[in-house]
Amino acid sequence: MFHSIISDDSSKKKQPKAIPVTLSTRIRLARNLQKFPFPGRAEVSQKRAVLSECISAVSGIKSLNNSVSIEVDDLSELDRQILVEKHLISPELSQVEEGSGIILTEDRSCCIMINEEDHLRIQVLRPGLDFSSVWKDADALDSGIESAVNYAYDGDLGFLTACPTNLGTGMRASVMMHLPGLVMSKNMEKVINAVNHLGIAVRGLFGEGSDANGSIFQISNQQTLGESESAIIERLNSTLESLVKQENNAREKLLQDDRNRLIDKMSRAVGSLKTCHLMQSSEAMDLLSLVRLAADFGMLPEKFRGLADRMFIEVQPGHVQLSAGHAVDPSERDELRAALLRNHFVRAPFLDLSSSS
Amino acid sequence: MKCHHCENQATVHLTQILNGQMHKMDLCESCAQAKGVTNPENLSIGGLMEKVDLEVDSTNPSMVCESCGTTHQDFKKGGRLGCDACYHVFRPVLDPLLDGMHAGTKHLGKIPSGSESRIQFEQKFNQLNDQLKHAIETEDYEKAALLRDQLRDLEGKAETAR
Repeated sequence: MFHSIISDDSSKKKQPKAIPVTLSTRIRLARNLQKFPFPGRAEVSQKRAVLSECISAVSGIKSLNNSVSIEVDDLSELDRQILVEKHLISPELSQVEEGSGIILTEDRSCCIMINEEDHLRIQVLRPGLDFSSVWKDADALDSGIESAVNYAYDGDLGFLTACPTNLGTGMRASVMMHLPGLVMSKNMEKVINAVNHLGIAVRGLFGEGSDANGSIFQISNQQTLGESESAIIERLNSTLESLVKQENNAREKLLQDDRNRLIDKMSRAVGSLKTCHLMQSSEAMDLLSLVRLAADFGMLPEKFRGLADRMFIEVQPGHVQLSAGHAVDPSERDELRAALLRNHFVRAPFLDLSSSS
Repeated sequence: MKCHHCENQATVHLTQILNGQMHKMDLCESCAQAKGVTNPENLSIGGLMEKVDLEVDSTNPSMVCESCGTTHQDFKKGGRLGCDACYHVFRPVLDPLLDGMHAGTKHLGKIPSGSESRIQFEQKFNQLNDQLKHAIETEDYEKAALLRDQLRDLEGKAETAR
């Protein structure tokens, strides 16, 4: 069942319509069990005990009826890479040795990591921007698990976590944002500094220390203690709203000041995707970013926004190998990636410049 | 706002991003100068925090969690605690760090339902205990006896609940 979940082509499923700027919303709750040392200090036998306690705790939860639980140990290198590329597990969990696990729902909207940095990392994710429903689900899941285990909790400090930066609510709320306007107008650094001052962190596509390929950034709360979950979400939301506004202003300005150059870039991106023969993933990300931008401007049909989002993930090295069905070396990968993109973009139209002026 | 190092009013407010985490520190003018904050060339909150830690260290040289074996050195090096008991052991060095790390130092979020009763118990217990101390101090022995009985009752209830 695990392989059918991760290799399942999401294009066949009914997906909510992709919207401009915000790609996806996620909430992650860090929790630990009482009486066990945190994973970083635990013996393998203790980790195994935590793993089985957590797996039995979720077995009674209705929303997890259609889910699989797997030990990370039992997954191949490629499977782990796929999960990282789909943003379901952290690169850290993919590297762990014995005694860690994953609980993943069939629709991939929920993935619980067991024995990562904390005993439990409960994650709920959705396309688009939707904190209220994501929080509702994460909260319910957390309460369900809590009814079967005893969490490490302190009246003053809240949920106790391995790293004090997660203390309190243990909550990291984040959105994946597509900000090509701010990147092209060279305003991103300014924006990062400004939101940092508000206790909001900006990271690259794959979290801490990763590049912001394709102008995609992860925006999340930095602080977890001293505020309620709803106050954190509210603060993050208002920052996001202003980021969306600034991104849209930057786009408008680019279109006004440098219209021909911008249109040229987007047109060439479509052209390259139609005709390429070798394509590295970083270049693909940048071209797809321009395609998404053109769809936002109304210069490409709406469906190309959703296609770009799917391709952002499918051009990653693990996914290219998954669709090839065998391990492939990087140069062959570039060829396969190019073929995949050509296939999807072969009928892409010329940019429609009538709708915007 | 008080200075991170002494009781004076803080006038220098420092924010730095270290390993992707924001750290804030408030210092009075003389401490800021003593710690070299006025010289931005060799300024690092990490270094400042180490100094705070060292000062605490010297008053409490053998800071180690008996439950999991994590030492103060481990915590300083990796920034991770080893178990829930560590939060008691390292509280003195943790508190000043939390102050700069988070929006506040008191949890205002979700309370697990299982522990709600425990927290209420602890609050009630502490409250009665404080009243008892006060009654003894003021030599109100009648009240003290009453409070002592109430505390015994409460403990008994907690025992049977377990």
